Amino acid sequence: MIHSLFLINCSGDIFLEKHWKSVVSQSVCDYFFEAQEKAADVENVPPVISTPHHYLISIYRDKLFFVSVIQTEVPPLFVIEFLHRVADTFQDYFGECSEAAIKDNVVIVYELLEEMLDNGFPLATESNILKELIKPPTILRSVVNSITGSSNVGDTLPTGQLSNIPWRRAGVKYTNNEAYFDVVEEIDAIIDKSGSTVFAEIQGVIDACIKLSGMPDLSLSFMNPRLLDDVSFHPCIRFKRWESERVLSFIPPDGNFRLISYRVSSQNLVAIPVYVKHNISFKENSSCGRFDITIGPKQNMGKTIEGITVTVHMPKVVLNMNLTPTQGNYTFDPVTKVLTWDVGKITPQKLPSLKGLVNLQSGAPKPEENPSLNIQFKIQQLAISGLKVNRLDMYGEKYKPFKGVKYVTKAGKFQVRT
Amino acid sequence: MSSNSFAYNEQSGGGEATELGQEATSTISPSGAFGLFSSDLKKNEDLKQMLESNKDSAKLDAMKRIVGMIAKGKNASELFPAVVKNVASKNIEIKKLVYVYLVRYAEEQQDLALLSISTFQRALKDPNQLIRASALRVLSSIRVPIIVPIMMLAIKEASADLSPYVRKNAAHAIQKLYSLDPEQKEMLIEVIEKLLKDKSTLVAGSVVMAFEEVCPDRIDLIHKNYRKLCNLLVDVEEWGQVVIIHMLTRYARTQFVSPWKEDDGLEDNEKNFYESDDEQKEKTDKRKKTYAMDPDHRLLIRNTKPLLQSRNAAVVMAVAQLYWHIAPKSETGIISKSVVRLLRSNREVQYIVLQNIATMSIQRKGMFEPYLKSFYVRSTDPTMIKTLKLEILTNLANEANISTLLREFQTYVKSQDKQFAAATIQTIGRCATNISEVTDTCLNGLVCLLSNRDEIVVAESVVVIKKLLQMQPAQHGEIIKHMAKLLDSITVPVARASILWLIGENCERVPKIAPDVLRKMAKSFTSEDDLVKLQILNLGAKLYLTNSKQTKLLTQYILNLGKYDQNYDIRDRTRFIRQLIVPNEKSGALSKYAKKIFLAQKPAPLLESPFKDRDHFQLGTLSHTLNAKATGYLELSNWPEVAPDPSVRNVEVIELAKEWTPAGKAKKENSAKKFYSESEEEEDSSDSSSDSESGSGSESGEQGESGEEGDSSEDSSEDSSSGQESESGSESGLEDKRTANRNSKPKGKSDSEDGEKNNEKSKTSDSSNAESSSIEESSSDPESESDSESESESRRVTKEKEKKTKQDRNPLTKDVSLLDLDDFNPVSTPVALPTPALSPSLIADLEGLNLSTSSSVISVSTPVFVPMKTHVLLHRMSGKGLAANYYFPRQPCIFGDKMVSVQITLNNTTDQKIENIHIGEKKLPIGMQMHVFNPIDSLEPEGSITVSMGIDFCDSTQTASFQLCTKDDCFNVNIQPPVGELLLPVAMSEKDFKKEQGKLTGMNETSAVIIAAPQNFTPSTILQKVVNVANVGAVPSGQDNIQRFAAKTVHSGSLMLVTVELKEGSTAQLIINTEKTVIGSVLLRELKPVLSQG
Repeated sequence: MIHSLFLINCSGDIFLEKHWKSVVSQSVCDYFFEAQEKAADVENVPPVISTPHHYLISIYRDKLFFVSVIQTEVPPLFVIEFLHRVADTFQDYFGECSEAAIKDNVVIVYELLEEMLDNGFPLATESNILKELIKPPTILRSVVNSITGSSNVGDTLPTGQLSNIPWRRAGVKYTNNEAYFDVVEEIDAIIDKSGSTVFAEIQGVIDACIKLSGMPDLSLSFMNPRLLDDVSFHPCIRFKRWESERVLSFIPPDGNFRLISYRVSSQNLVAIPVYVKHNISFKENSSCGRFDITIGPKQNMGKTIEGITVTVHMPKVVLNMNLTPTQGNYTFDPVTKVLTWDVGKITPQKLPSLKGLVNLQSGAPKPEENPSLNIQFKIQQLAISGLKVNRLDMYGEKYKPFKGVKYVTKAGKFQVRT
Repeated sequence: MSSNSFAYNEQSGGGEATELGQEATSTISPSGAFGLFSSDLKKNEDLKQMLESNKDSAKLDAMKRIVGMIAKGKNASELFPAVVKNVASKNIEIKKLVYVYLVRYAEEQQDLALLSISTFQRALKDPNQLIRASALRVLSSIRVPIIVPIMMLAIKEASADLSPYVRKNAAHAIQKLYSLDPEQKEMLIEVIEKLLKDKSTLVAGSVVMAFEEVCPDRIDLIHKNYRKLCNLLVDVEEWGQVVIIHMLTRYARTQFVSPWKEDDGLEDNEKNFYESDDEQKEKTDKRKKTYAMDPDHRLLIRNTKPLLQSRNAAVVMAVAQLYWHIAPKSETGIISKSVVRLLRSNREVQYIVLQNIATMSIQRKGMFEPYLKSFYVRSTDPTMIKTLKLEILTNLANEANISTLLREFQTYVKSQDKQFAAATIQTIGRCATNISEVTDTCLNGLVCLLSNRDEIVVAESVVVIKKLLQMQPAQHGEIIKHMAKLLDSITVPVARASILWLIGENCERVPKIAPDVLRKMAKSFTSEDDLVKLQILNLGAKLYLTNSKQTKLLTQYILNLGKYDQNYDIRDRTRFIRQLIVPNEKSGALSKYAKKIFLAQKPAPLLESPFKDRDHFQLGTLSHTLNAKATGYLELSNWPEVAPDPSVRNVEVIELAKEWTPAGKAKKENSAKKFYSESEEEEDSSDSSSDSESGSGSESGEQGESGEEGDSSEDSSEDSSSGQESESGSESGLEDKRTANRNSKPKGKSDSEDGEKNNEKSKTSDSSNAESSSIEESSSDPESESDSESESESRRVTKEKEKKTKQDRNPLTKDVSLLDLDDFNPVSTPVALPTPALSPSLIADLEGLNLSTSSSVISVSTPVFVPMKTHVLLHRMSGKGLAANYYFPRQPCIFGDKMVSVQITLNNTTDQKIENIHIGEKKLPIGMQMHVFNPIDSLEPEGSITVSMGIDFCDSTQTASFQLCTKDDCFNVNIQPPVGELLLPVAMSEKDFKKEQGKLTGMNETSAVIIAAPQNFTPSTILQKVVNVANVGAVPSGQDNIQRFAAKTVHSGSLMLVTVELKEGSTAQLIINTEKTVIGSVLLRELKPVLSQG
């Protein structure tokens, strides 16, 4: 399956290569560079490239390209999903998935890649198993190792690898037993220029942070499980219990993980927490235009909307922008033409607005279309769909854990057309 | 490098020096290493010394640096002798790194690599399974042909190892050995056969992978393991699932008969299959007559379904393609929801998934139609994603949604991404040809785009218009004239060529312009692109034939120019044309037919989806993505005419389940359960003879014992059967429904137990109460104020209607229209309304795409809410199996501006095709009109189809009666519209509303007082209730206590103004102002109870 992997940074240097079968020359990446050049934008590099002898499947993550070399037919999603899993693992181990982090830990990276794939087929991708085989680097550990001569590599097969629950390792112990759940919902929406909703949808995830000793068996129930229309589960969840009782029953992995992600049924109307008043116009035959946007709360359920950021990709002919915000800061990058306005919190008494003039290239025709506004916001302690956790029960262990649930609503791909 | 450099500093001076050296080389460039060969050599000397030292730490550091070199792609092969010595190191980390080195360089230094073999052979006998496994991994990764026999031996041994982990590695080793020496195939197949029987979930994925690589054609090896694989599937790790599902898809296509031909009443049969042995026999009898699905086929389909919920996109896609390729058509629909979910994922995943959806949506529109809006394009999407989404939108377009789509396309046309805008224009062209009702609207819209400032957009429009005109050549003289003018300004060669071709083709319709165009072109001939030159020649030839008086000289001039052109194609063409059209003694009989040759009727081009030809590739494969056969692609075979003997899948008694007989499908689940308990080499004898029904209790007890995952969580209060199963992690997904169906009694019992348990809990454990409250508390913060209230509020909110923002709604249509009309009005106006089929209301709807600028203050807006409520038109009992439902999509009707659009869904519930469904005799009240749908040739069994029709109800709630006919029967049906559906929402400002309301007082006003609880009077609930009943638009209101809604009647266009004013106490006043007092009072009657109830 996966033959080789090349890691390439933004400036086109191949800084890491790993081969699982016979060695494939770096020159195979030339096809990739060619495609990259053609695509102009990194986002547009096709994920699958065909070359005379190989196929290249690549992902773009955190300013790095992960390019894998394939020789025979394989489901492309299989490779893509695996590469993302590799990047996730790096993130997990080194705190960031960057060129510097990978170069600094090149030995661990190599050991990891060796364990994750055998002959191009995934061997161990669960982070709990990997962490038993190869310990993540910490400063303390490297000091201890250099003194005692012990190593980062485990010498027994992790128990998880053999059990039916590979995601949990045995012998977990905590003094404070805690289980936290974050219900995070994102609103994806397209709002048209008149302010009516073209498309809106709520996507949610429940992220868990479980620090419980032993082998706890948890079941989490909701007040209104029918809201969840389409759900995807972490492998630990017992599908049958969900089908029959709409209860999430699972033996959790240790640490942070994503329990479920869900979509709220599209029949329900989605409350849109903010509205944007906008007036963007470019004058014909003059090198300036007007820019005026105001943000206000709409259906916010009595909560404060905070962390508002507006990002606008201005047309290419815009040279500079001269604006005054009533609140927050704005920046305009004249190279990428991206306007970012960091608004902060909305106070209903005084709605934040950003007004001013836009300087255009003189002589160039005025832009045909107004740019669309991408909006980010956050509402604490609210799940916009109304989803509510009912209770969490634990079986199998004697102690009493501390439990908590947090709700957050965020803007997902929230776009206002102007 | 923090940990490394830390260690370096520990080294004596030499270490530091080398570090510097390394820094120096790495800063220069990877290839620079060769340039600095001398220093490289010196550094390697140093590494050798370190490797030979006695200290493990020095060795480890050396190895780490060597691995760093390998990672960068630098050559470290000359260190081979020094490294290979350390292969027997006690330190596991050194050992591992040496392994890494060996695997990388052994192929180049085969002789030296042999030195290490004995170490691996020893390690293969190590008591530690991890060491055994990694020794096997490295041994098999060393690509040295001499050791093939040793590898073979090791694989054989490992395949019988007690540890499933080692066996898994053995499965991987099979593939490695096969690629090293294909001659070992036969021996390897034996090992594969053995490992396929392995019951461990860990091994399953890897061995199937080996099977696919070594002997994918030996389908006979799968037979005996088929049921086991199906049952294990849920528990296999995700990567294995993907491989197994793909393999089983291929298997199913060779072993079962097609479920597609006549999939009759499958839904009913499926449950019965497993009822009992008797039932089963009946079915097998029946099978001779009709198609019945092989239970094994059903098993696969059912067992893969839970995997649609996987977090791994590859697994979801694998299941989706399985359903697409082997499930009955009526069941394929369930995958769409999960597949659409994947679109939330990364760019790369989106790309692949969208490609697959594009292929699916060509064949089965209905599957993705409900998710239409998920494919709307965002300006931040990468271009490749945008074009794929556009492709899908085009595939999904139909009469019912085209108006919405065209409105969406308008936004896209204006996009800054010009490549995308051009793609949109092509899309509009395709929609125009596919949906005849909107052809003219699209054409007009495209003509307007000709005045766009961007050249790419204009060029694309020209090309698309050319294609459209070619399909319906009549009556478009004006557009051609308009395009002729464009020749002066447009420079894109393709567009110029298209215009010239059009003029040539229609030269008799524009007799005055054509010669003039030719004159202009003659002037610029030399500077044109080759493509354009060819078309100039064609134009000349055509004009010469039709209008030789005016153009003879011109044409000859052009032919002369062409004769000496640099391009040989043009010279050839010139010569050819001259011979054909200019009569001389040499020209033969052909020139007589010149006119026929040049001005023949040309077939219209077919605008097709680029994904049309991909469907012969299996979905989700690399080949499908590339649209080319990839190496190693295994073709999906066609369904066999007659199913091969199904008994080959029966497993011998000793193997798995003693009671397994060909007919005893019912017992399969028993053995299925056992698979899980056996998955760790559990004994399989004791319970195998026990009956499944009675055995379930005892078995689950056993499972509890076997609990190898150290699951101590078995609470005695846990409900026994389901609790146990899930506990041991054996969610087979297989048992659930069937157990539920069959053991209805035990289930009931366990339910009551559940009840008891709950009671018990609530009594005994305040702990659990405390727990649940601690959840609330620990979410801290002010939120916890009276929970129940916030709860109910948030619920309300989810249902809440989308409110229109007030500020931006400009009632003038002109504002929304994207096209500058001023300069082109004279030309385009006559083109505006060529056919009566196109209604003004649609035009108003497609504002941007057409030219009329309505100046009315009232503009129809989009519906705030479309209730999904359907009404029965024809019940399947009375319709002899034909069922029909209708609902009001609240879209402007495309058949006529006075009509209400109605969508009818027809279902065939019989087991035969229903042919020729059409509308027969209509019994309509006077004045009422109806636009019927096109007759449907045939409707497959289990098939359903949605058609739209338009009915002009004349603003009354009178019933429209008509006959719905099939080939053999006629059924009398009728549609009575709710009064709320006779309206179209309009957008207006508060001021306009008040003005209009002022005109409609006195007799035109009806009102009523409503009494209800205060919580029913929040703005959102009122909005929701009102729009649920009536298709009205919300008017922005300045006062909190007054809500206004506006609409107009569909037929007469009279305004219908609804006001809800909240008063003190729990009362409110409902006022309706309209000229149509009858409808007004009916609406009042309908709204009143709705608003007052809770």
